[in-house]
Amino acid sequence: MSNDQQNILDEVTSQEYKYGFYTDLEMDIFPKGLNEDTIRALSAKKNEPPFMLEFRLNAYRKWLTMKEPDWAHLKYPSIDYQDIIYYAAPKKKPELESLDQVDPELIETFNKLGISLDEQKRLTGVAVDAVIDSVSVKTTFQETLAKHGIIFCSFSEAVQNHPDLVEKYMATVVPPDDNYFAALNSAVFSDGSFCFIPKGVRCPLELSTYFRINAANTGQFERTLIIAEEGSYVSYLEGCTAPARSENQLHAAIVEIIAMKDAEVKYSTVQNWYPGNKNGEGGVYNFVTKRGICKGNNSKISWTQVETGSAITWKYPSVILQGDNSIGEFYSVAVTNNHQQADTGTKMIHIGKNTRSTIISKGISAGKSNNSYRGLVKVIKRAVNARNFTQCDSLLLGDKCGAHTFPYIHNENSSSIIEHEATTSKISEDQLFYCKQRGIDTENAIALIVNGYAKEVLKHLPMEFAVEAQKLLAVSLEGSVG
Amino acid sequence: MDVILTEYSFKDKMVELFHETVQKNFNNDNPYLKQLRKEAIQEFEKVGFPSNKQEKWRNTNLSKPLKLEYVHHFEPFEQITDVGQLFMCEVHELESHLFAQLNGWFVHQNGGINHLPGGVIVGSLASAFVQFPEIIEKYYGKFAPYQNNGLVALNTAFAQDGLFVYVPDNVVVDKPVQIINLINLTENLFIQPRNLIILGRNSKLQLLYCDHSLLHKHSLINSVTEVFIDENAEFENYKLQNKDNDSTLITNVWITQKSNSNMLTNVLTLNPGTIRNNINILLDGRNCNAELYGLYLLDKEQHVDNNVLVDHAKPDNYSNQLFKGILDDHATGVFNGLVMVRKDAQKTNAFQKNQNILLTDKATIDSNPQLEIYADDVKCSHGSTVGQLDNEAMFYMRSRGISEEVARMALMNAFASAIIDKIRIEPLRNRINEMVSKRLRGELSICDQCILNCRDERKISFDIDLSGIR
Repeated sequence: MSNDQQNILDEVTSQEYKYGFYTDLEMDIFPKGLNEDTIRALSAKKNEPPFMLEFRLNAYRKWLTMKEPDWAHLKYPSIDYQDIIYYAAPKKKPELESLDQVDPELIETFNKLGISLDEQKRLTGVAVDAVIDSVSVKTTFQETLAKHGIIFCSFSEAVQNHPDLVEKYMATVVPPDDNYFAALNSAVFSDGSFCFIPKGVRCPLELSTYFRINAANTGQFERTLIIAEEGSYVSYLEGCTAPARSENQLHAAIVEIIAMKDAEVKYSTVQNWYPGNKNGEGGVYNFVTKRGICKGNNSKISWTQVETGSAITWKYPSVILQGDNSIGEFYSVAVTNNHQQADTGTKMIHIGKNTRSTIISKGISAGKSNNSYRGLVKVIKRAVNARNFTQCDSLLLGDKCGAHTFPYIHNENSSSIIEHEATTSKISEDQLFYCKQRGIDTENAIALIVNGYAKEVLKHLPMEFAVEAQKLLAVSLEGSVG
Repeated sequence: MDVILTEYSFKDKMVELFHETVQKNFNNDNPYLKQLRKEAIQEFEKVGFPSNKQEKWRNTNLSKPLKLEYVHHFEPFEQITDVGQLFMCEVHELESHLFAQLNGWFVHQNGGINHLPGGVIVGSLASAFVQFPEIIEKYYGKFAPYQNNGLVALNTAFAQDGLFVYVPDNVVVDKPVQIINLINLTENLFIQPRNLIILGRNSKLQLLYCDHSLLHKHSLINSVTEVFIDENAEFENYKLQNKDNDSTLITNVWITQKSNSNMLTNVLTLNPGTIRNNINILLDGRNCNAELYGLYLLDKEQHVDNNVLVDHAKPDNYSNQLFKGILDDHATGVFNGLVMVRKDAQKTNAFQKNQNILLTDKATIDSNPQLEIYADDVKCSHGSTVGQLDNEAMFYMRSRGISEEVARMALMNAFASAIIDKIRIEPLRNRINEMVSKRLRGELSICDQCILNCRDERKISFDIDLSGIR
């Protein structure tokens, strides 16, 4: 084992959720509750064009007719949607010319999180869009990106500055009536990131959005839209944290990705919402709809996710493989500990010819948690020569947790090849013995083995994220040995 | 009494029918049965038939068969005297204790109860209700829970006859017991056979169950089979489903295994209309072995839905599921397998595999192999594949001068043989092998293995003279 890895393990095995602090910011908050007036007020506050208000109200009316899904392998008390604050934003000056104008408390917050908003201090080129509670506070490196014609800004700015693009693409991948949480999000989303890569441009920086829930009793509803024009490439990172609170908080986001001909989008998430304490109190309810469409031929969308946070995770990043020869990938590590519950997986919808998809999912459950993989591979009649490979493994640490696999395979085409394999097992005694014999204590040995187990997925993460993810894995599993 | 069931609300009609006829038809029941029927019909009234909105029934639609008109019989049909002669199976070398059910009623010999060597009882459930109330009360209705299961509830409410097998402790049944379940009626028929099979300690039973239809009329069968396998016993269950295209067959099998028991079930579906097999295994002891195999060869509009639950309730058990299918034309296949490993069911080994070959772009397969695991010291795996015949193997054979057709047959036979090889009764295995080859060539009709050789133009009912039979 290298020294680096040892340092990481040493550092992390002695800590709990370190992002659980709360920043006292001056906030602009709507009263609790949701009705058409809330939506009108929200839309007015954001100075949105009429089509946005129309869109929101339609979504809200749809939402009212829908039922909260109950098919997931999750147990949680019912959510009172009137007991949530639908808009909370740090008070700020209308226009931010430079970093000096950002609330110093806020900069401090992000520094604590290890996210520097100061461009000069960055070593590697990562452009960050920081979203706190309901609004985006700062997007870095905008000028550099603008030189390439790339638009990377908060969703609100995009609505103001590029309403044509927003109107053209928004909700084309996830329609407002797609599901209960998507409808809710479409009605009340407050901000998010918007990213447009023009034809033939290879984005020189990693684009990153950092989400933070700060205020109490707030729901976070953000919306991300990524459009990759013909022949373009972008790698996109998303991170998220929340303060440790004893009550649950709702997060219902939408991510839409559109990849045109020959375009490639790589979307990586390290999800680290507050998972609740050891007794299962508090934590974020995470109900997210993420979907990408490979619209053009030879396009590619790749999802990589490391899930360590949230009390409840309900999330199925999907790819619609519409273009011929398009590729969809899904790499996931989901860790649950204590009382966390995760029901996560992916959907690969094969429509075009010669489409390929790969699914690698690694679930790790510890404590009293439940971790489910739920996935769909669908091949329609005209998807000639479709190819799918799915591997979903589960690792069980302890005899009070659960690991479940619910794959769905639907095939209508005789030329397709679909393979699914899954295993569930615990950490091998032999491996543990080997480590312990060499003086590595049980906890570190488990962290080591788990990291090895997850490596297949972690290697798909950008370097900085991979390091963070490795640390997270160890923290999340801390105290699970017993 | 015969009752015509009309389409508009099958559920209401059945509930009504129950209350109308309860006095007349079920009056001789003992109090235990009476109570059971009463509770079951209440449950059915609450739950009803499964609909496509239910997760487990997403891919099998009952609304079409439930729209038809059926006749429900409350009394047995005219009896046939010599079953052995009439239903001589084409598996010539197969020595078996042969019994038959006609339109859901056990064909009586010796007053409905047959005593085989060693105190083994094989006979009609209706007779067992009367003659062995103590066994019925101990086992009947104990393994197939009707709660939240409309089909089991409906069967429990109406069940009148079916197969009853009781194997006492320490008895090995010398020959396989073979049941031929025939449907032969000129009207659309709704029947609900109920089977109860009890294996005592250290006993062994091989059961061969064949479902056939003779006439091309719509039939709807909702059967429930309860099997109890006591400690150290061994049970083999072969099921041959060779139906016509207009029949809907729903089988609900509930098997409970005690410690050190062995169980093998092999469902061979060669010609279904619409078939739904619900197979539920409860491993309620230690060191149990459960092997579940299934083969389905479908074409035209045929539909098979194998829904398997293996419940590892106790530690140290082994289960293996292997289901394979070849789908042609517009056929639709479904595999829904769930391995449940309960808390503290440590040292569980559970495997699950579903493999499919689609021959056309119009056939559809839905494969959902699922694991639900609450214990940590387990080895569980599942796999599912959908594909075509191996191109390289094909090329290998073609390059050696084997024609494409022969090569295809060889590969399909090889694919199916993984299931057929699991048949432990040799003559049966050979016969099935033949039948599968024939089926794959498209030559097997539903009448093929039946000695009656009836054709549409020469309809046979069972009161005809038997001279025309070879």
